[in-house]
Amino acid sequence: MKILVCISHVPDTTSKINFTDNNTKFDGNGVQFIIGPYDDYALARAIEIKEANAGTTVTVLNVGPADTEPTIRKALAIGADDAVRVNAEPTDSFFVAKQIAEHAKSIGYDLILMGRESIDFNGGVVHGIVGELLGMPSLSPVMKLELDGTKAKLAREIEGGKELLEVNLPFVAGCQEPIAEWKIPNMRGIMSARTKPLQVVEPVVVDSGVSLQKFELPPAKGAVKMVSADNVAELVTLLKNEAKVL
Amino acid sequence: METTTQSKAAIKGGEFLIRETLSHEVFIPEEFNEEQKMIMQQCKDFLVKEIYPRLDDIDSMKDPKLMPSLMDKAGELGLLGTSVPQELGGFGMDFNTSMLVAEVIGGGHSFAVALSAHTGIGTLPILYYGNEEQKKKYIPKLATGEWKAAYCLTEPDSGSDANSGKTKAVLSADGKHYVINGQKMWITNGGFADIYIVFAKIDNDKNLSAFIVEKSFGGVTMNEEEKKMGIKGSSTRQIFFNDCKVPVENLLSERENGFKIAVNILNVGRIKLGVAAVGGSKMALSTAIKYSNERKQFGVAISSFGAIKHKIAEAATRIFASESAHYRASQNIDDAYNAFVAGGMDSAKARLKALEEFAIECAILKVHGSEVLDFTVDEGVQIYGGMGFSAEGPMDRAYRDARINRIFEGTNEINRLLTIDMLLKRAMKGSLDLMNPAMAVQKELMSIPDFGATEEEGLFVKEKKALANLKKAGLMVAGAAIQKFMMKLSDEQEILMNLADMLIEGYVAESTLLRVEKLIGQRGEKACEIQKEMALIYLHTAIERAASAGKSAITSFAEGDEQRLMLMGLKRFTKVESYNLKEARRKVANHAIEKGEYAF
Repeated sequence: MKILVCISHVPDTTSKINFTDNNTKFDGNGVQFIIGPYDDYALARAIEIKEANAGTTVTVLNVGPADTEPTIRKALAIGADDAVRVNAEPTDSFFVAKQIAEHAKSIGYDLILMGRESIDFNGGVVHGIVGELLGMPSLSPVMKLELDGTKAKLAREIEGGKELLEVNLPFVAGCQEPIAEWKIPNMRGIMSARTKPLQVVEPVVVDSGVSLQKFELPPAKGAVKMVSADNVAELVTLLKNEAKVL
Repeated sequence: METTTQSKAAIKGGEFLIRETLSHEVFIPEEFNEEQKMIMQQCKDFLVKEIYPRLDDIDSMKDPKLMPSLMDKAGELGLLGTSVPQELGGFGMDFNTSMLVAEVIGGGHSFAVALSAHTGIGTLPILYYGNEEQKKKYIPKLATGEWKAAYCLTEPDSGSDANSGKTKAVLSADGKHYVINGQKMWITNGGFADIYIVFAKIDNDKNLSAFIVEKSFGGVTMNEEEKKMGIKGSSTRQIFFNDCKVPVENLLSERENGFKIAVNILNVGRIKLGVAAVGGSKMALSTAIKYSNERKQFGVAISSFGAIKHKIAEAATRIFASESAHYRASQNIDDAYNAFVAGGMDSAKARLKALEEFAIECAILKVHGSEVLDFTVDEGVQIYGGMGFSAEGPMDRAYRDARINRIFEGTNEINRLLTIDMLLKRAMKGSLDLMNPAMAVQKELMSIPDFGATEEEGLFVKEKKALANLKKAGLMVAGAAIQKFMMKLSDEQEILMNLADMLIEGYVAESTLLRVEKLIGQRGEKACEIQKEMALIYLHTAIERAASAGKSAITSFAEGDEQRLMLMGLKRFTKVESYNLKEARRKVANHAIEKGEYAF
């Protein structure tokens, strides 16, 4: 079985976010990049499947410039067999999905896993578009994935509960915890990461029709005004006249 | 990692005192490669995933299987085999990388102690001194953690005076076994270890011998877990050997070579302890910085107050400085090892020789790292205020766990004495020329002072001069003390402590300056503004501390004109152009506060 895991290269969750060039570019200075945490779960599940099923291979794919390679090698250290980097800035979801679909078409994967969303732009639609482009079912957010021959049993988070599904391979899944326990690479994995194949391919041309205008940080939090619990009238007045939300 | 072995191998241990080191000769932590950074992250992730959620359970010691099971997990990730050669089931990494592992895991409280005792003093005696059979039998299982190791040196009446132990080994009548009898105490990992490295005297030998003892040999019993101030989750036992029959082939190295093994293994233990303390300091300071950003008083975060900034900056600077010195020395050790191996020496022997060469630095770093940690956790408690004193807050554990580091692996007092003792022995053997530089300083003392006007411009020109003078101050005081007391200097421990302080400050200040100089060369001055401030803060405060130590020494043994002359000399050699340290500290603190952690 062939599994493709798509990973994003995102700022660490504790990073301070800044923009440059008149708020049109993300400032990566001093930022530590990691594998998207949801992608990490997808990767961990793929490795578990590989370990339980002899002959299974796991390929990781990232759409990004050369500086994402340390992140890709981390995925190789965790246990993926080989990697593909599509040499392009991941400008928008459609662009990324198109690159994934092009690569996937050329190989023919049984399973395409990724995180439910990346934690930088949080679009959460790449898996859906990839499924559409490849004519495969696409499901998200998947919390459980058990293979059963040519089918898989999934659990998906839905409003107020979970949905149990059965789906034929191949399919695309956007994953989240607790699909697997996140994995720490072992020393042997780290030492072998350098020797595993990392293929760089050029992107296909995509006219996505979307362009970025500018970024904005959330407005800074204002000062807090304390209102005594028995003074509801004052609270209402403040909400009406000062906060102007009523 | 690639190293320019040839040029660096020429650096000798202890030589920093009399030789100017150039920035390109030192390794700086910013030069760690991608693989090493991945290993660093691996260790951090391990702490976050396996250790931090269980700190209370670990310390409670309710489940005796918990610590060994965590060691097993570390073993699965390969963290127990970094220093072990690949052919013995490890990963054969260089010393510098094993230091990195020790540093990060150093933030792991009691677990850090268990891991470092196992991989260091537990495993290395066999790795470095074992014969082929012993290595093949024990090392692969120690590298994976299948067997866990402890080191049994200390006895109730034999602590710092390690060679005075009373544990006895007697050859059995059939000549097949040594029968060991005696009592060992403060044995880290004692409760769950499968293998003990036991030091005992055969018959009435003057010196110790070392044995590999398997718990399964029988005759090994132990007391309950010790109740300790800190590292409560680290198993610490008294162990009794009652007619414990050890096969003769389990004698490690040669008879009476045990004390040498103990001393040499402690060299590794010391530098590793120092760097683990650096790791612990980074974690404690980051925790305190986060708190100072969250805690509001008088309507603002307490991190906005100058008094708090001072604490943050001072701790950060000392950590940065200690880290600079640790990796400088560990790369020196790697380079020396590579040079010995290139010269045809066996790998284990080369490791030992390299560590022995830098034994002075190892002792310096043990002292410095552990004292930076104590300083940091103390200020951490202070930044937390009342919550710092609460047993519910994180500073309680950090504060208590830090304290042992100034005691084990040789107390800081013993290590201070050792630095000077080793330096003088090398000088007497002629392997380190202290005599000529000391005489040159004396001559300079009698000559017309250089008023410090230097025309030279450039990065750190003045600072390097100040540093060279600081070394002269040390040589001056040391030279005079030796002349005064000759062979009786060893009775003057107070003076030796002063001399050690001067030496430590000089080494660490120089290491920091060289690191930042190299970094500026790589990234430009603008990108290294904060690091430059730290190098300057450290240098200025180091000179102050060294001057104070020098004054204590001089006034204790010199009188009259001699004292006046030496105090004037000290003043001259510790003179440094004034610098606004408050502003410098604010810059350093503001950077840390903005990042919300120790981020240098």
